[in-house]
Amino acid sequence: MAESDLDRLIRLLAKLPGLGPRSARRAVLHLLKHRELLLLPLKDGLAQAAERVHECSRCGNLDAIDPCAICGDEARDQSLLCVVEDVSDLWALERSGGFRGLYHVLGGTLSALDGVGPEDLRIDRLVSRVAAGGITEVILATNATVEGQTTAHYITDRLAPGGVAVTRLARGVPMGGELDYLDDGTLAQALKARRPL
Amino acid sequence: MTAADRLATESGAKPAPLRLAVRRLGLSQFRCYDSVRLDLGPAPVVLSGPNGAGKTALLEALSYLSPGQGLRRARLAEVTRLGQGEPWAVSARLDGPEGVSEIGTGLAPAADRDDQESRAARQVERRVERRIVRIDGKPAAGPGELAERVALLWLTPPMDRLFQEGAPGRRRFLDRLVLGLDPRHARQAAAYEKAMRERTRLLKEPGQADRRWLGALEERMAAAGVAVAAARLSTLTRLEQALEAGDGPFPAALLALEGTLEGALETMPATAVEERFRAGLADGRSRDREAGQTLSGPHRSDLRVRHAAKGLAAGLCSTGEQKALLIAIVLANARLQAAERGMVPLLLLDEVAAHLDAAHRAALFAALAELGAQAWMTGTDRALFAAMPGEVQFLTVRDGRLDSVAAHARIE
Repeated sequence: MAESDLDRLIRLLAKLPGLGPRSARRAVLHLLKHRELLLLPLKDGLAQAAERVHECSRCGNLDAIDPCAICGDEARDQSLLCVVEDVSDLWALERSGGFRGLYHVLGGTLSALDGVGPEDLRIDRLVSRVAAGGITEVILATNATVEGQTTAHYITDRLAPGGVAVTRLARGVPMGGELDYLDDGTLAQALKARRPL
Repeated sequence: MTAADRLATESGAKPAPLRLAVRRLGLSQFRCYDSVRLDLGPAPVVLSGPNGAGKTALLEALSYLSPGQGLRRARLAEVTRLGQGEPWAVSARLDGPEGVSEIGTGLAPAADRDDQESRAARQVERRVERRIVRIDGKPAAGPGELAERVALLWLTPPMDRLFQEGAPGRRRFLDRLVLGLDPRHARQAAAYEKAMRERTRLLKEPGQADRRWLGALEERMAAAGVAVAAARLSTLTRLEQALEAGDGPFPAALLALEGTLEGALETMPATAVEERFRAGLADGRSRDREAGQTLSGPHRSDLRVRHAAKGLAAGLCSTGEQKALLIAIVLANARLQAAERGMVPLLLLDEVAAHLDAAHRAALFAALAELGAQAWMTGTDRALFAAMPGEVQFLTVRDGRLDSVAAHARIE
């Protein structure tokens, strides 16, 4: 028997991160109950996103225009490039409001066990972007995981011949953090990365 | 006054304040157990019952309260009760020097694993089997976080052959000892293993491997590897001091680490060892490719133990002496944890009384009482534990059921 429209919708929604079959059923029911307010606008929103949103050909960010709004913003510092693993990391940095340069989204991290190599990430494009000139500093904002650090080290090595300054995010005491609650590893890192006031 | 002294003066009928104790234990679909819930006091626990009743399974369940493999080193899916679709789970309420912790762990349910369908497709089955951990009701990043809350050591009958068999068993034993004193050890060891597995995979791939990628992995291996070796070395030094005096009838042991990094760390600064190890890995790529594994590093180190009084390698001592040496090391480590970390670990001692004579048994019971540890001991015969001083909780295990025959019973 062919699966019903409802079952199909539930099955698809259940594949979303953070959702399971139960929450997908609840979401579907909620959408159907609020047809005008939610279901139809969501349908339009999804259709528009599917049609218009694409990866930026320069940095890998997601946007309806190409180059994306960040790459196209001439008020941003064109000499600073921040390398992140995923678009979600870019969004996090944008939310912080502390960075006014450009981004480069890798699309993941190196992982031999998962079959992800340099050619699967936007690393070649990063190297040619830097080689094209105009960038004075590359900030590596990969995660502090084994894969993130391996990837950061790999990129440092690839960029070394060009002589561009490569930096990475500081690791240490979080804002409003109490030393007593910090794990030993972070505290040791923070101590190592201390700076004069 | 050290923590150990404080412990000693407060021992006796009153439970020591530093000891970690399981106050409630829940098992679900674990080995032969369908569903079990136990409420316990802080006193030592004796599990008795016939062979195959599920005594060791209960200790195994407790062993999952710490990071890494359980005490049987089973695959996670093997632990689920036969014929059960629902994955196994263990929950515990622990009461220790840092207050009460609620810990839950178990095999990640199938639905949870489906979430990562695309990832899973690329992974071999073993890697998909994942253990989930919840601490105080919140999901933990991984089992490594358990080391911050739970200190736990075990001795099992298969470990009686520890000194005869290969280095891996001794290395695992050593790493457990280190973990009790340095909770970060699990994370560093995991980071090292992970980078090493990635490098091995990369070397195996046909064609010329990416040199820069290999270099990046070797850098990570060097940093984590030296941290692992340094933690082992520092634990061993302190442990040896604690062992020097010996422990009643338990012999003093001399400990030594055999390993390229550990050896180098005794004469060179850590940064120099790190650089040398990294360079060695880079030079050894073709050799490692042919071998299909990394041929040198802390994953190949060995723990050497000698009977101090006899001047004999542990492997050459009698079976009873070997057991006594193991007990001495575990007791010394537990005392060290109490003194340095302020936490007396849980001790899981499977069939520990069986191979000990009356004098050694009495000495072990006395040492456990002095330590104030919640020791979990198993045996086919309850009578072997009759000489235990203070309060003891006796449980009878039969066909996956537990009867607290005389929980909280006082044996005078």
